[in-house]
Amino acid sequence: MTLEELLPGQQANIINVGGEGALRRRLLDMGLTPGTSLEMGKPAPSGDPLCIRIRSYVLSLRKADAAFVEIDSVTAAASPCGNCYGCSRNPRQEQGCKSRRGRRARRRGAL
Amino acid sequence: MIIALIGNQNSGKTTVFNQMTGRNQKVGNFPGVTVSKKDAPLRGHPEFTVVDLPGIYSLSPYSAEEVVTRDFLIDEKPDVILSVIDTTQIERSLYLCIQLIEMNIPMVIALNMMDEMRLQGSHVHIEELTERLGVPLVPISASKNEGISELIDETVRVAKAGQKPAKLDLCSGPAHRAIHAIMSLTEERASAAGLSSRYAATKLAERDPLIQERLNLNLNELEAIEQIIVLMEEELLTDNLAALANMRYCFIDEVVSAGIHKGSGENLLTQRLDRVLTNRFAAIPIFILLMALVFWVAFGLPGSWLADQLTSGMGWLTGRIDSSLTAAGLNIVLHSLIVDGVLAGVGSVLSFLPLIALLYLMLSILEDSGYMARVAFVMDSWMRRLGISGAAIVPLIMGFGCSVPAIMATRTLPSKRDRRLTNYMIPFMSCSAKVPIYGAIAAVFFPDHAGLVIALLYLLGIYLAVLLGLGLRQRPDSSKAAPFIMELPTYRFPSFLSVSRNLWQKIRDFLRRAFTIILAVTVIIWFLSHFNRNLNFVSSSDDSLLAWLGSAIAPVFNPLGLNDWRIPAALISGFTAKEAVISTLAVMSGATVETLGPTLAALFTTPSAIAFLVYVLIYTPCAAAVTAARNEFGNWRDTWIMIIFQLLAAWAVAFIAYGLALLWGISSAATISIIAAMLLLPLVLNYRAQRIQPV
Repeated sequence: MTLEELLPGQQANIINVGGEGALRRRLLDMGLTPGTSLEMGKPAPSGDPLCIRIRSYVLSLRKADAAFVEIDSVTAAASPCGNCYGCSRNPRQEQGCKSRRGRRARRRGAL
Repeated sequence: MIIALIGNQNSGKTTVFNQMTGRNQKVGNFPGVTVSKKDAPLRGHPEFTVVDLPGIYSLSPYSAEEVVTRDFLIDEKPDVILSVIDTTQIERSLYLCIQLIEMNIPMVIALNMMDEMRLQGSHVHIEELTERLGVPLVPISASKNEGISELIDETVRVAKAGQKPAKLDLCSGPAHRAIHAIMSLTEERASAAGLSSRYAATKLAERDPLIQERLNLNLNELEAIEQIIVLMEEELLTDNLAALANMRYCFIDEVVSAGIHKGSGENLLTQRLDRVLTNRFAAIPIFILLMALVFWVAFGLPGSWLADQLTSGMGWLTGRIDSSLTAAGLNIVLHSLIVDGVLAGVGSVLSFLPLIALLYLMLSILEDSGYMARVAFVMDSWMRRLGISGAAIVPLIMGFGCSVPAIMATRTLPSKRDRRLTNYMIPFMSCSAKVPIYGAIAAVFFPDHAGLVIALLYLLGIYLAVLLGLGLRQRPDSSKAAPFIMELPTYRFPSFLSVSRNLWQKIRDFLRRAFTIILAVTVIIWFLSHFNRNLNFVSSSDDSLLAWLGSAIAPVFNPLGLNDWRIPAALISGFTAKEAVISTLAVMSGATVETLGPTLAALFTTPSAIAFLVYVLIYTPCAAAVTAARNEFGNWRDTWIMIIFQLLAAWAVAFIAYGLALLWGISSAATISIIAAMLLLPLVLNYRAQRIQPV
């Protein structure tokens, strides 16, 4: 799968970076190299651009550019809601969500 | 001797520069504040010059700033590189660092933001890092002025000793072998071109066209290198760029895991703020509210109260000087020069100092906090509808302060189209020098709604910028959006030192302008408006040289309801500095700071005052801004096209505004419906553009 399919709060490892020219060079220079783990953050209000946490900083990039980044299978966030990237939009979030929204959603049985 | 400051965007280079030189360069907490290189002597060591270069992430041949930095390092041969690192993001910072080490120039690394590392509970093993990188490291916190003197001492020592970095071995199999193979092949070529062989070989392995050219390689050599690269690619099952980036980051991961013990303290402030400030629903309202707050502080109660105090103070001073000059029996011409020329002209501009200072203060607090990068992030999808990148929002907001730094900041935008279009839009963002004009005229014609009128002018500027962007997107060939790959920096509490330095710098600039260029324009205008064609002193400016000149241009402005010869004269003087428009009007009418109101009331009717304000909003910015735009366009032809566009657009929009204002007197309902239709225009344009070329 590719990076833009990752949901907020999910983690994955980079397998390959596609694209070409300046875009590809920039992605690699910013530390998106194969084998690096990253975590998806909450996107901008309109859903694009995305933001990811990688190599202990936060990087924003557009969906169209993120589509060039191939990633491996997804792991859920290590600490649910332990980071800024809330779990309210993450359907795979199962248990342990401590935010008010998450608790409410669990009570309703939405998750 | 030259010290080159190099580091990632937003790593604090300019703060280090200010600390090392005692200068007041503008800093901010968003990527790319420094766009052109600046230099100043090192404090305590006048034989050293510190050069602050734009922030970069790599030494790739794709971005203009990176090429500028590379060329500077190769051609100017600095005696020492001072690489500034944001230690909280050391991995990405070292990526640039080890490319610099390859250049084999004496080097010192400044580990900046150590205060934040301590807060996180992280620990840095300096000796371990020094040994692995082969370069001396100095821990500092530039914003708190910690470690700067040690940094200066170490940099001077390394430069004087010419201590080059130890040879780095980023041992990592095939990529390493390929670089060494290319090195042995091109060693002579590299030294002939004045490059470090390691650097040249690495760049050749990246198929860097600029280095291939610089080394004058023949076809055989190019082919041999290509074979080495292909062999490496086959062995690693990836291409050369990924292989080299991977090799560097593998080495960095090793260094970092050995040299840094990361604490568990996450930056909670940034996470919490981002949860609100980039929230799906709250982000845009908060942005609008913050901008409204900025303008309210500057033009609302706080700003106008301060301005009133200054105006009455100045009026009192003018009165005192006037009466004491009369008492002293000074020559009538000199008396007129001082009172009607200098005091009226410079005084009418000076009284707006509090507004401009407050506007700058608010904008620089926003810049320092790191919020601007979030604005770019949040606004990107909207900005793309206008055909520009979200990053363009930063220069556009800076344009509310001053067009000159804003135009210079467009250099960091990713594509040529982005830069051009943003340069066209920036003058539509009313700069702070236009505030005196808006303020003076709105206070006379709309005494109860002055704030509202000024707000509407700002909105009109934004509306026109939107219209321009959407209009240009109607062309199906408008190029695709350039990539938007930007770091979102950690929020930092604006440092009092940096904010007050920025503010003081701005106040000093403003005062300097008031007492140099505006004073000079004022004296020239005074001369032109108090002497006739035979160079005799005249009591009424209607007989003056300026009246004669102004009347020649006046017909152009007749359709806008601007009949008086003083208006074109004032607009022309505005080309030197926008504040001069109002000082010129004051001098020509023989008004003092306190009688400016009635004088203006006689010059305009309400509709023509609106037309004048709109014209001032849109017409060509000051000479300094035009020069800055010329530097960005790179030629005068495009600059002239922009100037002509601005003059025509200003006239046309002012004409429409004048017409609407006249219509308001006849039928307010008709006026409102026309304005409503105009407000719908962007939606229609957006709809059409979406059909031609979806975002």
